[in-house]
Amino acid sequence: MKIVQTRRISQVFFFAMFVWFCIVSTIGEKFWQLRGWPVNWFLQLDPLLGLGTILTTHTLYWPLLWALATVILTIIFGRFFCGWVCPFGSIHHFVGFLGNRKKTPAQKIQLNKYRKPQCIKYLVLVVLLGMAAFPSIRATLQTGLLDPIPLLTRSVNLLLLPIADRAANFISVKGRFYEGAWLIFAIFLSAVLLNLVIPRFYCRFICPLGALFGVIDRFALWRIGKNQNECSNCKLCEKSCEGGCEPAGSIRISECVLCFNCREDCKDEIINYQTQKSLAGEITDPDISRRGFVLSLASGIFAVPAVGLSKKLGSNWYHKVIRPPGAIAENEFLERCIKCGQCMRICPTNVIQPGGIEGGLENLWTPVLNNRIGSSGCQYNCVACGQVCPTSAIRPITPAEKHGLGEFAEAGPIKLGTAFIDRNRCLPWAMDKPCIVCQENCPVSPKAIYTRECFNTIREGTFTVKKATNKTIETVETNLLLDKFATGDYYCTTKKGERRKITANTENTIVLSNNEHFSEVPAANSKVEIQIRLQKPYIDIEKCIGCGICEHECPVSGKKAIRVSAEGETRSTDRKLLLKN
Amino acid sequence: MNQEKDENLTRRKFLARAAKAGLSIAAAAAVSLSLYDDKGPGASVKTEGQVKLSDFSIPYIDGQTISIVRGADRKKTVNKAIELLGGIGRFVKKDDIVVIKPNVAFASPPMLGATARPELVGEVARLCYKAGAKKVYVADNPINDPASCFTLSGIGKASSAAGAKVVLPKNHLFKNTTLAGGKLIRNWPIFYGPFETADKVIGIAPVKDHHRSVASMTMKNFYGLLGGRRNIFHQDINTIIAELSMMVKPTLVILDGTEVMMTNGPTGGSVSDLRRANTLIASTDCVAADSYGCGLLHLKVSDLPYLARAQKFGAGTTDYQSLKPKFATVI
Repeated sequence: MKIVQTRRISQVFFFAMFVWFCIVSTIGEKFWQLRGWPVNWFLQLDPLLGLGTILTTHTLYWPLLWALATVILTIIFGRFFCGWVCPFGSIHHFVGFLGNRKKTPAQKIQLNKYRKPQCIKYLVLVVLLGMAAFPSIRATLQTGLLDPIPLLTRSVNLLLLPIADRAANFISVKGRFYEGAWLIFAIFLSAVLLNLVIPRFYCRFICPLGALFGVIDRFALWRIGKNQNECSNCKLCEKSCEGGCEPAGSIRISECVLCFNCREDCKDEIINYQTQKSLAGEITDPDISRRGFVLSLASGIFAVPAVGLSKKLGSNWYHKVIRPPGAIAENEFLERCIKCGQCMRICPTNVIQPGGIEGGLENLWTPVLNNRIGSSGCQYNCVACGQVCPTSAIRPITPAEKHGLGEFAEAGPIKLGTAFIDRNRCLPWAMDKPCIVCQENCPVSPKAIYTRECFNTIREGTFTVKKATNKTIETVETNLLLDKFATGDYYCTTKKGERRKITANTENTIVLSNNEHFSEVPAANSKVEIQIRLQKPYIDIEKCIGCGICEHECPVSGKKAIRVSAEGETRSTDRKLLLKN
Repeated sequence: MNQEKDENLTRRKFLARAAKAGLSIAAAAAVSLSLYDDKGPGASVKTEGQVKLSDFSIPYIDGQTISIVRGADRKKTVNKAIELLGGIGRFVKKDDIVVIKPNVAFASPPMLGATARPELVGEVARLCYKAGAKKVYVADNPINDPASCFTLSGIGKASSAAGAKVVLPKNHLFKNTTLAGGKLIRNWPIFYGPFETADKVIGIAPVKDHHRSVASMTMKNFYGLLGGRRNIFHQDINTIIAELSMMVKPTLVILDGTEVMMTNGPTGGSVSDLRRANTLIASTDCVAADSYGCGLLHLKVSDLPYLARAQKFGAGTTDYQSLKPKFATVI
């Protein structure tokens, strides 16, 4: 078998594996559901993810040790990951091939030549690592914005799968929804369509992971090169060059993605994959100037305090940034979250959403709970998000820790925030309508939402007694709506303050419940009032865990009458509300 | 591409071109006129395509309407309770399609008692197959995430183990219905799909405290058939529960009071919310079953206004004694 065919099989294999892992990131026990599939494997292989978290946290979280394998193989073989494994690279490879296959060899050679701007990706890498590497100010991990593995994970999980699932309802019962997915769509589409302009546009010009490989493969033991200096100079080797690395001349090793098309296309078998350096000479260093490097690094370092001027990590923190259960304190969280969207994918209720920039630039695509979307708030007995988080920005907690049971009793339950009742919108509070759906759905025992009973006289609710018995009151007024007060929520109160439940009514008669009796039957011409019994909800702030199920269920469906915001969250003391948590 | 030079324009070419132009004009005019709408969009809500649930009830047999069995083992008590009403053969005939509607409202483990017990659902499904049922479906539209509810409550697994098929509330399974004489259920979506082809319906519900409606039992269990923004019905909870008892005419309901959720309902959340009452009720009359069941919560029938309302609507009787209930104890 030819080596390019082997490479194609490898690309298809890893792409299919990647998509499969995205599909099986569904909670459940079937073979196509989560079970034990290593759904984070591609993320773990990604050394940019490992390096980024090393810079921000000075540790290598154990599952990320996989990246060491990638680094070692790259040092030995070169950028095999880009050409053979990377699923995002494979998409670009394929689309670039489709879009340009009808061009003449001369046009293709022109298309795949080396371009100076290919150095931009190194500058991107330096900026992103600069932001991560300066802990004396504050580090922030933003590699996930452009790192191809998190980018593709995000695009497939939050964009392509939900759209496919709209028709199939395979991975969900009622569809999956992600706020702001349009931006993910726009970026994904642009990256794919740019291949029609220049093949592997993203890989050549933008990809910070490719840039990282370009830096570390300079000592690669095996490399593409010419096995003799002289050749017919037909340049056909550059016709299908995926990296734009000029194999006809002095090959740029840091750009070569090991597609092997040059070796395939060389009629004279001069191009080889070999341990010796190319006899036509080679360029191992990335094509960036010292000035470019310094300016990029400085930009990255200065970007962090520039973003910080918004004080989103201080007193100006955005109350709707409600993090999933197990998320660590905000500063450390932003040092670890790579915006891959795995937590948003696995969340069975779809409540974890990609964040927007209202919470600050760094908040973009980080996990935020939006209780108005999805099938429920944060499910009481669920800890799935922490189990899949590849960097432990959300810790893998147990239900016992979430609920504050056993050894966690002293720490108490994990609170995501606190529910607040909007008394101007709540039906019992503002409209004299019974409701308390929030109280009913509160999953905590004892409930964090409790009620206080009150009786409000309804509008135009005073009536004059014509005749009364212990069981019925006939009124002078004859305009009562039949059985309007028979719902079990209405009461009749006499002047003396005796209150009895109404069980039925006609246009001029009120029938009272047998459960109570009048001590004295109301006299003719005395007044009675019809009252509605209301249970007004209150929050017990010590019990509330901020799960948001109440907010999700609140029937005031536009701006909810009960809303969770992040005050009182337990992951740090910065936002605590109670004197004692 | 279609380059023609003027000097080459012949009569034939001109006529052909004129014919094409004429056809294009005719096509444009035909499309415009055929789609011509002189009214514009109306303000009215669509009311066509509504469905009505069938009546799944079976003929009344005096003295075999309600049975109350004491015992701790649900499998034994449910078998006995059904036997006292005439055996499963009275309810399920050969080749019947049966829908079991358990309470699967919350993503909560069975031990907390917020949902129907999986062993009870499994046993009833097994009995249906034993009586010759062609297919048994287990369906509910839970409050929490549906898939999680069926998984965590154990009902999904117990159903499949008994050979029953779980039907999750996918959007296309909902159809609108209007209850004749109803005030609230008007052009409202219900989880109709599984009931469309069903011959029999069996409701299974635990006895639970419920702050708004006082108690949640077999009648409240059918709230799980409602779709849409059903939470707004909490403004008039007694009317909606009474209307549900008119809308759904089940073959049989099973009220599980083996462990009763006394406090913090309907979600519970702690085993300390439960009280062991070791009672299981089977009935063809859900009003009667719930009227007995409220005693397990130490309540009177008059504490639950929806019972009297349902009786008034003719859905059943609150005077379960008049039905000559059969009692038994199994150990």
